[in-house]
Amino acid sequence: MTVTPPPAPRAAQAAPPAITATGLRKSYGDKVVLDGIDLSVPQGTVFALLGPNGAGKTTAVKILSTLITADAGELRVAGHDLAAEPHAVRAAIGVTGQFSAVDGLITGEENMLLMADLHHLSKREGRRVAAELLERFDLVEAAKKPASGYSGGMKRRLDIAMTLVGGPRIIFLDEPTTGLDPRSRHTMWGIVRELVADGVTVFLTTQYLEEADELADRIAVLNGGRIAAEGSAEELKRIVPGGHVRLRFTDPAAYRSAASALRGGAGDDEALALQIPSDGSQRDLRSVLDRLDAAGVEADELTVHTPDLDDVFFALTGAPVPASTHQPKEAVR
Amino acid sequence: MSTLSLAVRDSSTMLRRNLLHARRYPSLTLNLLLTPVMLLLLFVYIFGDVMSAGIGGEGADRATYIAYIVPGLLMLTIGSTVIGTAVSVSNDMTEGIIARFRTMAIHRGSVLVGHVVGSVLQSVLSVVLVGAVAVAIGFRSVDATPLEWLAAFGLLVLFSAALTWIAVGMGLISPNAEAASNNALPMILLPMLSSAFIPVETMPGWFRPIAEYQPFTPAIETLRGLLLGSEIGHNGWLALGWSVGLVVLGYFWATAKFAQDPR
Repeated sequence: MTVTPPPAPRAAQAAPPAITATGLRKSYGDKVVLDGIDLSVPQGTVFALLGPNGAGKTTAVKILSTLITADAGELRVAGHDLAAEPHAVRAAIGVTGQFSAVDGLITGEENMLLMADLHHLSKREGRRVAAELLERFDLVEAAKKPASGYSGGMKRRLDIAMTLVGGPRIIFLDEPTTGLDPRSRHTMWGIVRELVADGVTVFLTTQYLEEADELADRIAVLNGGRIAAEGSAEELKRIVPGGHVRLRFTDPAAYRSAASALRGGAGDDEALALQIPSDGSQRDLRSVLDRLDAAGVEADELTVHTPDLDDVFFALTGAPVPASTHQPKEAVR
Repeated sequence: MSTLSLAVRDSSTMLRRNLLHARRYPSLTLNLLLTPVMLLLLFVYIFGDVMSAGIGGEGADRATYIAYIVPGLLMLTIGSTVIGTAVSVSNDMTEGIIARFRTMAIHRGSVLVGHVVGSVLQSVLSVVLVGAVAVAIGFRSVDATPLEWLAAFGLLVLFSAALTWIAVGMGLISPNAEAASNNALPMILLPMLSSAFIPVETMPGWFRPIAEYQPFTPAIETLRGLLLGSEIGHNGWLALGWSVGLVVLGYFWATAKFAQDPR
């Protein structure tokens, strides 16, 4: 962690991070799931734990949300020690697990009122909060139907709505968009952004790099029980090379003269496309354009590709991605 | 909020949840109610002549045998109901909502207490329904005083609480509903091996001590004594001892299991 907080008034400076973990370890038998991870999440930010299946993301969430106990590590959530004051931690957090935590046998509204009762809201307050959240998450129509009949997206929305009943200041979302269709995914992203706008701290796990890129202030890549890298999306992208400019032509003659003008680029004779290594800076682009001008050719299409989190992810997690898969992936875009 | 009022409030919330489940999906409860009613009719109308001749000897009729087996069947009804408890606890534990409860600032035991109280209420309701069938086919109590009725009711409640806590423990150690139903099988087998259908004295000698001192026989004999005026003797204390012992054992077993990290 190399976040240097801007100079702030004393009171603000004293605000402790929402979540800290030092040397967090957990193993099941011989299998080490978390092998000493350190992290710190400032209040009011989104932190994404990114990793392939089986990396230990869910275990980390389960531990930080008091569901299971850690083997070792100093853990603080909302200013309370997890081992010593789990009840105080629970009072401050909301959790939406990977598998929907709704009671399928009762209706959406009954689920909401159940949460209100467990947060010890008065009957009237409970009804108000439940109605408000059902409205906000577009569940009014389905409110009187058993939750078991809800679609995946509706279940997830109900799940989050239930999490919000107590007005938690820290929210854990374990793979909130896994299994959702694109529209539901974007709805979920909107929900997360709204939460953060209200000053809530969000700790989410995801296997979608795009999601971490979209939402998170800071991203930690978890692999094999260790944090392989941590930083903002931009910082992580700088770790790996792979930026390039791609030029596409329709005229084979123009393609050939461009290819000779821009030596060093990789050509695709079939698609009439050239790929030139580039860091995407203005100076670099200008030099490419100047050389094209000098050769008197005009590209039909020019796109700049900066390395995305996919590249970072594969580089860090050592996933078996042969270089060739990179090509079709680019071509698809 | 004090720990006690938190416990009471959260437990009653959980109870409401369980009652809502039972009301929405009464099929499980009704299925389990079928067993004691079928057994009652089977033993009275099919095996009735042989059975009544067997227990009463000269002059015994069907009414004598009805009187004999109804207390046992009421206890069996409880055993049958708590199998449903084990199944629904085991089902519940696989639900994501339990994980949510564990991460909320609620009283830890409330989830189980809700199940237990809900199940005891269901047991009592089932006992009343089976009792009504028994009365319909001719069962009458013999000179039971209001105090004896009250004691009988108290015994039924206490005994169902005892079996329920054990059943909750069984539900918690079962990975799925099938396993829970198997693990809870003794709840319906034990009354078969008790004095519910035939007197212990008529069983083989080597088996008699087992039948006599297992939890169901003392409870059945005590209920018989309260409703029909037969000799209770040491069975009253045995029934009380078993009930309280099982409540305590089941409570500590179940809460310890629930406190463990979930799978």
